[in-house]
Amino acid sequence: MITYPFTYKRARSVAEAEALLKAAPDGKLLAGGQTLIAAMKMRLANPSDLIDISGIEELRHVRASGDAVVIGAGTTHYEVASSAVVAKAVPALAHLASLIGDPAVRHKGTLGGSVANNDPAADYPAAVLGLGATIRTSRRAIAADDFFQGMFATALEDGEIVTEISFPVPQKAAYRKFPNPASRYAMAGAFVARLKDGSIRVAITGAAPCVFRVPEMEAALAKSFTPEAVAGIAVDAAALNSDIHGSAEYRAHLVTVMAKRAVADAA
Amino acid sequence: MAVLSMTVNGKEVSTEAEDRTLLVNFLREQLRLTGTHIGCDTSQCGACVVHVDGKAVKACSMFAAQAEGARVTTIEGLAKDGKLHPVQEAFRDNHGLQCGFCTPGMIMTAVDMIRRNGVMDRDTIRHELEGNICRCTGYVNIVTAIEDAAKRMTAGEKAA
Repeated sequence: MITYPFTYKRARSVAEAEALLKAAPDGKLLAGGQTLIAAMKMRLANPSDLIDISGIEELRHVRASGDAVVIGAGTTHYEVASSAVVAKAVPALAHLASLIGDPAVRHKGTLGGSVANNDPAADYPAAVLGLGATIRTSRRAIAADDFFQGMFATALEDGEIVTEISFPVPQKAAYRKFPNPASRYAMAGAFVARLKDGSIRVAITGAAPCVFRVPEMEAALAKSFTPEAVAGIAVDAAALNSDIHGSAEYRAHLVTVMAKRAVADAA
Repeated sequence: MAVLSMTVNGKEVSTEAEDRTLLVNFLREQLRLTGTHIGCDTSQCGACVVHVDGKAVKACSMFAAQAEGARVTTIEGLAKDGKLHPVQEAFRDNHGLQCGFCTPGMIMTAVDMIRRNGVMDRDTIRHELEGNICRCTGYVNIVTAIEDAAKRMTAGEKAA
């Protein structure tokens, strides 16, 4: 399959990427390209210019910073999954990264690309929302609770580039997903965390048009951080996705099961 | 249209290509390295796996322009001096292929996973093979071949 024609450009810095993006009639950033290129081959996307940001060094880093782990937007899933820094500070995040796609996809796909794309079934949004991370961009810092706004929709403005994400180091956290057997995308995935201030967050991906929190589960886990605490809590199927892979009711069931398992892993 | 330069299987190449040329088409059509296969074209089957700067990637899911200046290794680049790579040997010895269509991708994926993990248990090998699909015969002999190759290569390192 051949994409529509476009002009390929390489940016060497975030500033240069911003300038190239601004100059292009309908430019798009190319990071790992593991979603964008597939969409272009299906001719679902037709950018005039692709601005390759994968070679920008300032976007590629993992560092412990006080009570947080800060990961550059250009860091690949493989780099996150195999990072000793991430494994020590937030093992659930390294585990999540190791479950994305397959090894070849993980060698290319990036944290920033996944989060900016906000696919309803992507894994990273669950960790970003589940840990209450902060998304830093070329212009500002955005709290996870404000960032994810709907199916493939985020708070990012035109031309704004995600540069890094700061994840608070939790007391405990875990991620469990039920992968679609063919695509490995989450049919439902639950990221559960107890942060250092004692607050609880439960974020669900794959089940609805956009990643979301479950306040009832968070309240129950605040009282008792056990799988039993969430076992009887079901999300409303009316708000969930229904497709050839599973009905909304089935996804609602999976949400509770994945949340239970994640709590068991974290506890 | 731009002139692309990269190192493919140890050789410098420099060829004109459209910006939208996928790496897999660049390798197959421009360089005539047809060992890298196109099985699905939707990034699911893994028949097009090659190594770019030492890492396994799907050549159908990147543009050739992204590999400008990179080191690319395809299935044609594994055998050295007429001698098969240990993973190729192990696939032959363990009947790790039937029709052979998926095999180049399987082998490139296997070389990459052995480099990262060394000797692995069968569950790990199956998890690592998630991006490669075989439609002939199933995965038992493929897993056995990779298990065998990893042992041979590790033993080889120890002997060396």
